[in-house]
Amino acid sequence: MTTPLLEIDDVSVSFDGFFALTDFSLRLMPGELRSVIGPNGAGKTTFLDVITGKVKPLKGSVTFRGETLVGLSEHKISQLGIGRKFQTPRVFENLEVIRNLELAASPSKGPFALLTQGIPSRVRDEVQRLLDYVGLGPYAKVQAGSLSHGQKQWLAIAMLVAQSPQVLLLDEPVAGLTDEETVRTAELIKSLAGDHTVLVIEHDMEFIRDLNASVTVLHQGSVLTEGSLDEVQNDPRVIEVYLGQAED
Amino acid sequence: MKNFKRLLPWILLAIAFFILPAILDDFRLNLFGRYFSLAITALAIDLIWGYTGLLSLGQGIFFSLGGYAVAMHLMLNTKSEAGGNGIPKFFENYGVDQLPFFWQPFWSPMSTLILLWLVPAVVAGLVGYLIFRNRIKGVYFSIITQAALMVFYHFFNGQQKLINGTNGLKTSTTEIFGQLVGSPDLQGWFYRITVLLLPLAFLACRYFTSGRFGDALIAIRDDEVRLRFTGFNTVPYKTIVFIVAGLLCGVSGALYTVQSGIVSPQYMTIAMSIEMVIWVAVGGRGTLVGPIIGAVLVNYLRSLVSEALPEMWLFVQGALFIFVVVLMPDGIYGWFTKGGFTRLLAAFGLAPRTATYPQLDLEVAPASEGRVISND
Amino acid sequence: MELFFSQILDGVSIGSVLLVSATGLAIVFGLMGVINLAHGEFMMLGAYVTFVVQSIFKPMGGVLFELYFPIALVAAFVVTALVGVLLERTLIRQLYGRPLETLLATWGVSLIMVQLIRSVTTAMIAAIVAGVLLGLLAVRFLAARFAEYPFFPYLRGVVWAAALGVGLAINGALASVRPLASAWFGPRNIDVTAPKWLQGSWGKIAGIELPGIRIFIILLSVALLLAMLWFLRKSVWGLRMRAVTQNRQMSNCLGIPTDRVDSITFGIGSGLAGVAGVGITLLGSVGPNLGAAYIVSCFMVIVLGGVGNLTGTVIASLLLGILQSVIGSGSILIAFPDLPASVKGVVEFFATTSMSLVLVFTFIIAFLQFRPNGMFPQKGRSVEV
Repeated sequence: MTTPLLEIDDVSVSFDGFFALTDFSLRLMPGELRSVIGPNGAGKTTFLDVITGKVKPLKGSVTFRGETLVGLSEHKISQLGIGRKFQTPRVFENLEVIRNLELAASPSKGPFALLTQGIPSRVRDEVQRLLDYVGLGPYAKVQAGSLSHGQKQWLAIAMLVAQSPQVLLLDEPVAGLTDEETVRTAELIKSLAGDHTVLVIEHDMEFIRDLNASVTVLHQGSVLTEGSLDEVQNDPRVIEVYLGQAED
Repeated sequence: MKNFKRLLPWILLAIAFFILPAILDDFRLNLFGRYFSLAITALAIDLIWGYTGLLSLGQGIFFSLGGYAVAMHLMLNTKSEAGGNGIPKFFENYGVDQLPFFWQPFWSPMSTLILLWLVPAVVAGLVGYLIFRNRIKGVYFSIITQAALMVFYHFFNGQQKLINGTNGLKTSTTEIFGQLVGSPDLQGWFYRITVLLLPLAFLACRYFTSGRFGDALIAIRDDEVRLRFTGFNTVPYKTIVFIVAGLLCGVSGALYTVQSGIVSPQYMTIAMSIEMVIWVAVGGRGTLVGPIIGAVLVNYLRSLVSEALPEMWLFVQGALFIFVVVLMPDGIYGWFTKGGFTRLLAAFGLAPRTATYPQLDLEVAPASEGRVISND
Repeated sequence: MELFFSQILDGVSIGSVLLVSATGLAIVFGLMGVINLAHGEFMMLGAYVTFVVQSIFKPMGGVLFELYFPIALVAAFVVTALVGVLLERTLIRQLYGRPLETLLATWGVSLIMVQLIRSVTTAMIAAIVAGVLLGLLAVRFLAARFAEYPFFPYLRGVVWAAALGVGLAINGALASVRPLASAWFGPRNIDVTAPKWLQGSWGKIAGIELPGIRIFIILLSVALLLAMLWFLRKSVWGLRMRAVTQNRQMSNCLGIPTDRVDSITFGIGSGLAGVAGVGITLLGSVGPNLGAAYIVSCFMVIVLGGVGNLTGTVIASLLLGILQSVIGSGSILIAFPDLPASVKGVVEFFATTSMSLVLVFTFIIAFLQFRPNGMFPQKGRSVEV
């Protein structure tokens, strides 16, 4: 068995006494594609917050390639190779689409590099490829703020890919997308897995099925169960969490 | 048309450099010299507020530091100002017979020319780094910079023995090159220097706001948290622009001081620093032409109103603040470039009406979902 | 030692005034997200209301004059609260969700208020009333006819400009009439005398004099604080205010009149500033520029205490008041006369009002390096959105 790439071990997070995560553990293997589901308030976004350094856990450890992430700042964690897409598509509204991508793709993120150096042609090509892939080629010179919701979602995903992280954390990548867009997004994500390690949080069960990945179910801040989608869907505990106590 | 647009800056520069000195009397020319030096401060504020989203209410600190640097040099090197010990006369009033140590570097013109921008830049770097390191932003940033301003104001105001306290340092009666600083001849030269430095400041701001560094600044303004998750440490970016802005304010303050004839803690009042912000708001933030227009226009208006009805100026200024914030958030330049004038004509049936999207203010929360683009 | 304690008492009373004012500011800032830079001018307004009430009661003399102070307190609260409501209805309402914009706009308001107090005359009031009425009538008249047309907003602007012109003309015409054209207050400081029952000492505790003014201010602020707490926690409108703070849309859906809640919130915040202004008349000089001296301190109290935390506001304002008073008076030297010369020099260096502010503000900025969110930071996930 290979060693896990990202390991969250026994993490608890409390907001003013309310435990958003309790003794939460999760492992991601290199190249794995994993989807995470769970009802509202299960702690899905919070554990992304913990991994990416936005929230400091009360206890527990997060290690990435054997390096601990707890206490590192967001940009350091991002530079180590962990990228994140937020629940709402957050793009830089007053920058052109292509500038959004170039910023994300920039190999060096320091101020002096940005002042003095241009973008390597390799990166420029990559940006162009991504633009075309997500169908935003014609909109390269449009301000990101005037894109439609779906286009913003894709731009946000494209920016994440442009960062070329090892681990991609996607928080609701298909919320508000049309069916056709959802299918395309699933294809994109599947094509990323293998080279990258991908974790997807979604509510859309069709999409999860499309992804055909192992599923982790969260409930009240801990892992309820893991398995394939069919296994999970037939698990009485999962049904109870989603539908309430069965009448008997 | 395109040629004209490219030539326009040169034409304006030529007018400012050659024609204005020829047609204006000494008094008016001096006023314009002051406006142009204030325009440099406006550019600096635009750099940090318009582009990076940091509304500093403490730029008066850096402005005054630049002004004091020049004033101290002039004081030291003027024979008529010297008292018993060869140090400026005002010290005698407070029984001080030894020059405070921090005056020493200002004997030399060379080190003064360096310190007048270096000191503001260093102070800005220090203050900025401390604030940004703690992720203080938004209104908190404004409040803290205001508090920092008050620290400097009360210090300069309270220290007669060190820096002549509330009286400030008068430069108009000092001498340089054997001439009175207040003389029309020298004032003409100060005007010309200002006219040449303003475009340089403009180019400096353009260097920082165009290109990828500028993209990062706008990204910080739009969504700093997102940028951090993209792998950018935003602290050095913000510190650098704050330093640049402090430096520009220092230069601006030095130029203003020699042309206004005095530097005093009055330049560090809250009122002065917020007024600087309104120049940018009136002209149009987030553009580089706007602040220059705003600074010149507002200060020209100020001169006009103050000459005619001095007690009206605060009314006018207050109304200006409210008007710009509520009705013209893009400023004059932004209003024009975003089609405000065409809309005005269209409203009266003088131009065809175009279906424009309502322009969103930059500070407003991102647009809600579902806006469909109709470019195709 | 007695002197040292009386210095601290001084500090506590200054802190109490700050507390009342800062509570008002904190309510407006914390509940509505509005940075009200005109808050200091509302304090100034309260002080001027005190002056007016005093001037009305002065001719009556005797016991009636002694009673003017409580009346001034109520009057100051009512007047400033009404001005606050007016401001909220006309200006602040358009700027919700844009704190930096409210900051700039309210600064504009503060400039206008300062100049208004300096140069207000009967003629000017008449001109303003006439101008506003004329503008309102003209706009209403034109709206009936042209409201549908795209140029209506511009037309409205022209009408208001014309109304302004008419107002200026009326002011100019009336200015030649002497009694109408003399300034009510003028740019200089005004004189407010405390009633006799406040002056002098209210007795002694352990050898320390209890000056009536100081004790009164401290009691007043405690009473106001308790009233505020009761209002926010127990009253219907307090409940509504808290509801709107937490979720404006939801409150709207539940039938809470959110715009009236906004007006009331802003009115109370301003009213508290007005009452603080009454307190200031007992402590120091009163002039048109009074606001500028206190506004930064009020904001510092909020930042130091932690936004939205009443305990923090109380501790921070008392701390600020005491530090300012003790450092500024240099009374540490009297309390501890045996300090080494070097320390003495430092204490003397900061023993002026100006320099004590330098030290106190520097201390606060330094403190924020270790606790960026103040002494009592808000917790939870809503902090950094």
